[in-house]
Amino acid sequence: MQRCFNNAGSASNQVKCTPMSSTILNTQDPTIRCDGVFKIFGDNAKQVLQASAGTVNAEKFKEQGCIVGVNDASFEVYPGELLIIMGLSGSGKSTLLRCISRLTEATAGNIYIDGEDILSLNNKKLIELRRSKMGMVFQSFALLPHKTVLENIAFPLQVKGVSTKKSIERASEMIELVSLSGRENYFPRELSGGQQQRVGIARSLAIEPDIWFLDEPFSALDPLIRKEMQDEFLRLQGVLSKTILFVTHDFDEALRLADRIAIMKDGIIEQLDTPANIVLNPASEYVQKFTAEVPREKVLKIESVMDVVTPGDAVGDIKVQKDAIIETVAELILNSDKPISVVDESGELVGSVSASKVISVLFGGHSPGETGQAS
Amino acid sequence: MMQVLQKNKFLQFLLLIVVFILLCMFIPATEGNWLWRFEPLLKSLPVVINNSVDYLMFDWWLIEVYDPEIEEYEEKPMMRQVTRSISGFILFLIEFVRELMLGGVKTIVTFTGWDWATENQWARWPGLPWTVVTGAVVILGYALGGVGLACFVGFAFTYIAIFGQWEPSMQTLSFVLIAAPTAILIGLFLGVWSYKSKTVENILNPLLNVAQIMPHFAYLIPVMVFFGIGDHAGAIATIIFATPPMVRLTNLGLKKVPAEVGEAGLMNGCTDWQLMRRVLIPSARRDILLGVNQVIMQCLAMVVIASLIGAKGLGNDLLIALNRLRIGLALEIGICIVLIAIVLDRLSLAWANKQTDYFADQSFKERHKYSIWFMGIFVVGLALAGVGQMIFKEGFNYLYLIPHNKGITTEPFWQAGVDWMWDTFFYTLKGFNEWLIIDVLIPVKKAFLGMPVVATFTLVMGIGFIVGGIRSALIVGAYLLFIALTEWWDRALITSYLMTMAVLISGVIGIVVGTLCAQHPTATRILLAWCDTFQTFPSFIYLIPVMMLFGVTDTSVLIAIVVYATIPAARYTVIGLRSVPAELHDAGSMSGVNRFQRFVSIELPLSFPHMALGINQTVVFALAMVIIGALIGTDDLGQLILGSLSDKQGVGNGLVLGFCVAFIGLAIDQILRTWANQRKAALGID
Repeated sequence: MQRCFNNAGSASNQVKCTPMSSTILNTQDPTIRCDGVFKIFGDNAKQVLQASAGTVNAEKFKEQGCIVGVNDASFEVYPGELLIIMGLSGSGKSTLLRCISRLTEATAGNIYIDGEDILSLNNKKLIELRRSKMGMVFQSFALLPHKTVLENIAFPLQVKGVSTKKSIERASEMIELVSLSGRENYFPRELSGGQQQRVGIARSLAIEPDIWFLDEPFSALDPLIRKEMQDEFLRLQGVLSKTILFVTHDFDEALRLADRIAIMKDGIIEQLDTPANIVLNPASEYVQKFTAEVPREKVLKIESVMDVVTPGDAVGDIKVQKDAIIETVAELILNSDKPISVVDESGELVGSVSASKVISVLFGGHSPGETGQAS
Repeated sequence: MMQVLQKNKFLQFLLLIVVFILLCMFIPATEGNWLWRFEPLLKSLPVVINNSVDYLMFDWWLIEVYDPEIEEYEEKPMMRQVTRSISGFILFLIEFVRELMLGGVKTIVTFTGWDWATENQWARWPGLPWTVVTGAVVILGYALGGVGLACFVGFAFTYIAIFGQWEPSMQTLSFVLIAAPTAILIGLFLGVWSYKSKTVENILNPLLNVAQIMPHFAYLIPVMVFFGIGDHAGAIATIIFATPPMVRLTNLGLKKVPAEVGEAGLMNGCTDWQLMRRVLIPSARRDILLGVNQVIMQCLAMVVIASLIGAKGLGNDLLIALNRLRIGLALEIGICIVLIAIVLDRLSLAWANKQTDYFADQSFKERHKYSIWFMGIFVVGLALAGVGQMIFKEGFNYLYLIPHNKGITTEPFWQAGVDWMWDTFFYTLKGFNEWLIIDVLIPVKKAFLGMPVVATFTLVMGIGFIVGGIRSALIVGAYLLFIALTEWWDRALITSYLMTMAVLISGVIGIVVGTLCAQHPTATRILLAWCDTFQTFPSFIYLIPVMMLFGVTDTSVLIAIVVYATIPAARYTVIGLRSVPAELHDAGSMSGVNRFQRFVSIELPLSFPHMALGINQTVVFALAMVIIGALIGTDDLGQLILGSLSDKQGVGNGLVLGFCVAFIGLAIDQILRTWANQRKAALGID
């Protein structure tokens, strides 16, 4: 899986990534697969769900004393993919994450990790799975207040039975990875929020998990620190290539980081797609509310506005990559009086783009795709 | 009319009072009138309890036990064997710690037998010199709380030693050092269990509520029956009494751990045990250690009372001194108890507030600093004792152990002080005393005793209804009904009269003082420090000075209760006033209130729930003290409980009386707590 990040310090919209087109993805087995997952809160959740025969109505359930957390979630996450679950508070996004990490028991459905049905695992096997494959970062950091930074990071290893010496060695490596050198012997209460979350990240990565859960990891941080941590996160992911489930309520954050985004409302996944497709083709009014204010040129790639040309058509000499974000090449296109050729990674001509198209994205306020509507 | 009444609580209350007075006036105080007093239908309850206990102890589940003395198997009741072995074990532990500090032979005898010990006269544990014990405590104080704490504990222990109270103090300490850790372990276990299981929590909660208000004496009687008399019995009663706060605080602390910390532990692959031991309990450390502190305080509060069933030490000496009216000696012993209480309180609090420091690389010397110091002190102490052996050739080696009552004594001084006070203020004190008794206490007492039972029920259940609706009224009524159906309703009225008087006075003093002190930060700090210190005094101690002044009368008890019960009222008032957010002060100022208006219209309503809870605590404190007052002569429930201590068939009586006292407290608790919670909910304070 080819993924690229340029240096984390530069502006976010410069990040050029190869989107994993669905054709590539489907050739691989998914790391995580959810199949009709329900989470209903309430004493008699199971009976109420069974009686409803698959169609869940939140209001009806409430009358029966049940609250719907997750409503029929089915999706896959592929190796190395970063899936963001986005939704407002109470939308069930954290509940879904907790079902997959089995911190909460799903009421119905199946969840497979590397093909293994994790809902059927007994306690012992579950602990083994968490010790070997899973890492999780929490919104409130959830560091152990009585342990130092070093001990906190070494904790998952020590719980596993790794010797003190080895676990401390490994923890020291992790400290370097999250740039906290020199603060090994601090206590969590002596660190700023950003630093605490670095410790949380280091701890969750100490056992080298394949799957990385992040539950609103940056929500409790100041805006400036949040941006810094996002860059840091992209840098880490560039190095580590984990399969990631990332929960956030911040749509901008989702657009910035995600390979694909799942937008949730009232426990239902409203739409699951790449950022560009969500912005271009919002599946529902609810999703459109989020996308309306998004500056398209910062999200969309040239690919999505180009005209398809057949090889041999006359186009200009200037070439742009089809996966370049519009904003980064807008000036180039606007300064040219002829349509500009669009090429793929191998330099093959795939289309052309004219200044007028770019102008309509930049200033038109209209969605450039066929289904675009006035916002 | 009805609608107005439904809305206006004040009118409801007025109506209730009117009904109450009418009932009082028109129900005649005649024997056999059930409106005046109920039939004591529960009269046989104590007998039933006695019989069940007897059956349990002597006839239930007989097992074959081998008796080494007659070399035969004998049939013995299971229960008795169990309690015997528990007693034996605890007694062994107490003796062990005691002999570690004071020397002796019993521990050695336990492992070898009397015959061997008599033959080998050399096999005696000599006990540690007092200098070494004091040094060890100073090091502990330094390690936990720095130089200040070290100086204080050093002073306290030296005081105890040179005033010749070393032996009884160490006896008391050995008793606390066994009772407290046992109570802590049991409390921790139950607290964790109730955290993990909702069922256990639901079962434990009401038990803890009753246990908290049950008078100290009431624990003694069943313990005496099951475990006999002696240090072990005292320790067991103390353990039962001291465990509830530990359970509460452990449960509370664990619940306060953020959910995400627990989840982080799970995601890091903790097993259940690892999660509890390495994540949850350490995260709840502060609350749990506050529980430890509470346990220690409760243990010291029981020191005097446990001596009623045979615990040796300061408590026993204090009781004897009071019985002989040697006030000066009692005061000296009292100071020792207070000193031990403060030392243990400060040490455990320092432990609770201490954060472990972590330094990865320390040299051997740094890591074992305290052990090395202790070794040094040990050697020096032994050397000093050796030197003492040479100096004090005749009589006692003061550098090794200052014998009981052979130290410095200030008794003549205090005694002279008491005599002087009697001589100088005799008429003033006597006048005050007589006025209080004749013009205040006796009329109030008569008024309480003159209430028909139906009027009492109407009043109390009515208040319950006005405050908390039908549910509260029924709960309160049930508590009262239990008391009314025993034969001790009149006694309960006397207890209530003393308690009500004391609570009224303490409440007023506490709230006024608290309010005044809350106006100034320094005054607040001083008041809170006072409260902290006075709260560590075992309740019994309060009786000593008032007895000096007023002798054995209701006045003494009342004053002791008032002093003791004012503490929570003042503390909660200050805390309540301080919890008013600063923005509200600012908002008030910007609306142009003056200081008085601010107090009346902003601070008072917002801190009302806190004050109500403070009064609730005052009730609990007052009840505890009323019962302890029995030791210097009152004629309420407490006196009867004390009486059933020396009665062979006292278990039933003692328990039922204990429940009566607890139910008085719980009824008031129900009303005040409901009210406070409603106010809190209405104000949106958590």
